[in-house]
Amino acid sequence: MSGPILAIENLSVTFTGGAKPVRAVNGVDLHVDRGETVALLGESGSGKSVTLRSILRLHDAKKTRIDGRILVDDVDVVSLQGQALSDFRGKHVSMIFQEPMLALDPVYTVGQQIIEAIRRHELVSAKEAHGRALALFERVRIPSPERRLEAYPHEMSGGMRQRAMIALALSCSPRILLADEPTTALDATVQVQILLLLRELQQDLGLSMIFVTHDIGVGVEVADRIAVMYAGRIVEIGPVRDVIRAPRHPYTVALLSTRANGGRLTGRRLPVISGNPPNLAELPPGCAFAPRCSKAIDICRVSAPQSQALSAQHSAACHRATE
Amino acid sequence: MMTSPAASTVPALLEVDDLVKHFPIKAGLFGKPSAVVKAVDGVTFQVAAGETLGIVGESGCGKSTTARLLMHLITPTSGALRYMGAPVGTMAMPLKAFRRQVQMVFQDSYASLNPRLTIEDSIAFGPKVHGVSTSDSIGRARRLLDRVGLDPIRFAGRYPHELSGGQRQRVNIARALALEPSVLILDEAVSALDKSVEAQVLNLLLDLKDEFGLTYLFISHDLEVVRFMSSRVLVMYLGKVAEVGPTESLYNSSAHPYTTALLGSMLSMDPDHRRTAAPLAGDPPNPINPPSGCRFHTRCDFSAALCSTREPGLTAVTALHSAACHMADPASGHPGKSSATAAKRVVST
Ligand SMILES: Nc1ncnc2c1ncn2[C@@H]1O[C@H](COP(=O)(O)OP(=O)(O)OP(=O)(O)O)[C@@H](O)[C@H]1O
Ligand SMILES: Nc1ncnc2c1ncn2[C@@H]1O[C@H](COP(=O)(O)OP(=O)(O)OP(=O)(O)O)[C@@H](O)[C@H]1O
Ligand code: SF4
Ligand SMILES: [Mg+2]
Ligand SMILES: [Mg+2]
Repeated sequence: MSGPILAIENLSVTFTGGAKPVRAVNGVDLHVDRGETVALLGESGSGKSVTLRSILRLHDAKKTRIDGRILVDDVDVVSLQGQALSDFRGKHVSMIFQEPMLALDPVYTVGQQIIEAIRRHELVSAKEAHGRALALFERVRIPSPERRLEAYPHEMSGGMRQRAMIALALSCSPRILLADEPTTALDATVQVQILLLLRELQQDLGLSMIFVTHDIGVGVEVADRIAVMYAGRIVEIGPVRDVIRAPRHPYTVALLSTRANGGRLTGRRLPVISGNPPNLAELPPGCAFAPRCSKAIDICRVSAPQSQALSAQHSAACHRATE
Repeated sequence: MMTSPAASTVPALLEVDDLVKHFPIKAGLFGKPSAVVKAVDGVTFQVAAGETLGIVGESGCGKSTTARLLMHLITPTSGALRYMGAPVGTMAMPLKAFRRQVQMVFQDSYASLNPRLTIEDSIAFGPKVHGVSTSDSIGRARRLLDRVGLDPIRFAGRYPHELSGGQRQRVNIARALALEPSVLILDEAVSALDKSVEAQVLNLLLDLKDEFGLTYLFISHDLEVVRFMSSRVLVMYLGKVAEVGPTESLYNSSAHPYTTALLGSMLSMDPDHRRTAAPLAGDPPNPINPPSGCRFHTRCDFSAALCSTREPGLTAVTALHSAACHMADPASGHPGKSSATAAKRVVST
């Protein structure tokens, strides 16, 4: 098969459980090619996790309205039901989290959980599954893997648990790995180890990956392309080099300049983006960034900008992007 | 200025002398203390008036415990604390007087505000407890709200849940300033904020420092932010000071292998020169049973035989910059970086 392995088309996610509907995702278009890593970058509440969780259909169907299409290998995920949905999870697409205890069960050993996951999807003997679990532990470089398979999650250090969760996510050889800030809670020295491990696994196994992060540095380290989210939309997307060296959306520009990048600025004041991220229950009619944008003009406050192509792969949703 | 024989005899604003905090931990069926966590294990440093001392180190190395010891929120196992030369907790510097001088802002802006008090009342609470009249306390709260960028007319009557994270952190800063302290301890105070909001709060902290002549202890795991804020930086590892020195000196020529590894773990921000190797393997060891000798020797590329048996003391590498590594002390007997240990490492990677 050619074409993107994952295509998200005009995805909107609205949570209807509360007093006011919350429009967490507002028309996201995103495709991921085979073997490609896309970083989904944005501040808290911008809709990164909601987008990712939609791909696995993890939202409570009764309180969530999903519009648009999510195609994985041309199968529409939004319409999957029952057994087809369980087969899809883990086998085609799996996910890792910031908090490994979301994926790991505290009452079983890590080895038991991996073996269970393998045997849920494939007809293999317990012995064979154990062998594969061991190979996975070696693969994610857990020291003394044989012994560590017998450990409970709480008996592992933070970095080790993160490796175990990665092993679990890879246990059924998925084609797509969704990573939701898997290194955010880790120390700097451990974060870089896990980022390098994920990059290596992605390359060796030919995985396609969406990597959610709020840290541009993490995106630069792992991704081929960066998609910047603001208020539930992708406001800019392009190859890493273009986005960080020649950002075109005023939000991306501002975000890059607010970084306290060390010695060069000591003692001076940082450039800032005024105001706060918007309330998703009360989004402004035009561009959601307009109230904070130094380049906003009248049209920005009344009409939502469409994505404008800047080059073959680089685009930005800003009325002034092509100026 | 007072006439003093030499600058070094002018006492620092805050002096921390061999501070130790061991937490007994209960385990087993009978709940008897079965081990101790050596959270802070002999930490010595000084803070000069008007400086910002950054404190960095991995999770669990004892940064917050140090901060809580300085605030006297917990009592030290041993060690001394002096404020302007006077031992804290004595007649010369009673605890109550000291507590006015040192205030703290935490990471978790929710947990540190009383949900049932309006933010104005939260800020006015401290001064009232310290005997300032109600109307003066409220007046002070409003001035501070205005100063941290929250218009008192709009915000004074709001409750914590009606504010964004950045706004709540501004309230916490205002509250910490309400007692007119001279030292502010910022423990991961901006870590929970979005980058765009973090920049606003960092600028505010710099402005307040100039305006009120404050001294900061700035604790953070973000090495970029610490570099931006601090005049000096102290690096902790497993309850000990690994290295301390002027910011640029430490960032540009670190003397402790742990500092070098920590700085080497910072992300590249350059797609053409991404990180290709992790400077350290594994996680930090457990402070319950820290390694013998130099606590870093189990992860150190340059560890020599003496590193596992003898603990290195803080040794000056330049006048203001010191490191607790045997390699910083020419008399230690450590064979140095170019020794066989380093050669062995190149072969094994
Ligand atoms: N189940 C839900 N019901 C109602 N609102 C929700 C639900 N899940 C998420 N939201 C809201 O949707 C918005 C987007 O949330 P999301 O978790 O995607 O943010 P994010 O970009 O991942 O942020 P963070 O960096 O904080 O993880 C937020 O305002 C959030 O409060
Ligand atoms: N009340 C307590 N009882 C037992 N152990 C404690 C207590 N408080 C802290 N510790 C332990 O002391 C060590 C140091 O903790 P501390 O909170 O000072 O670390 P930190 O450097 O602030 O870490 P972080 O970056 O995660 O905030 C840790 O191992 C911690 O688990
Ligand atoms: S004392 Fe030895 S083990 Fe410790 S940092 Fe220095 S060289 Fe490494
Ligand atoms: Mg999220
Ligand atoms: Mg802490």
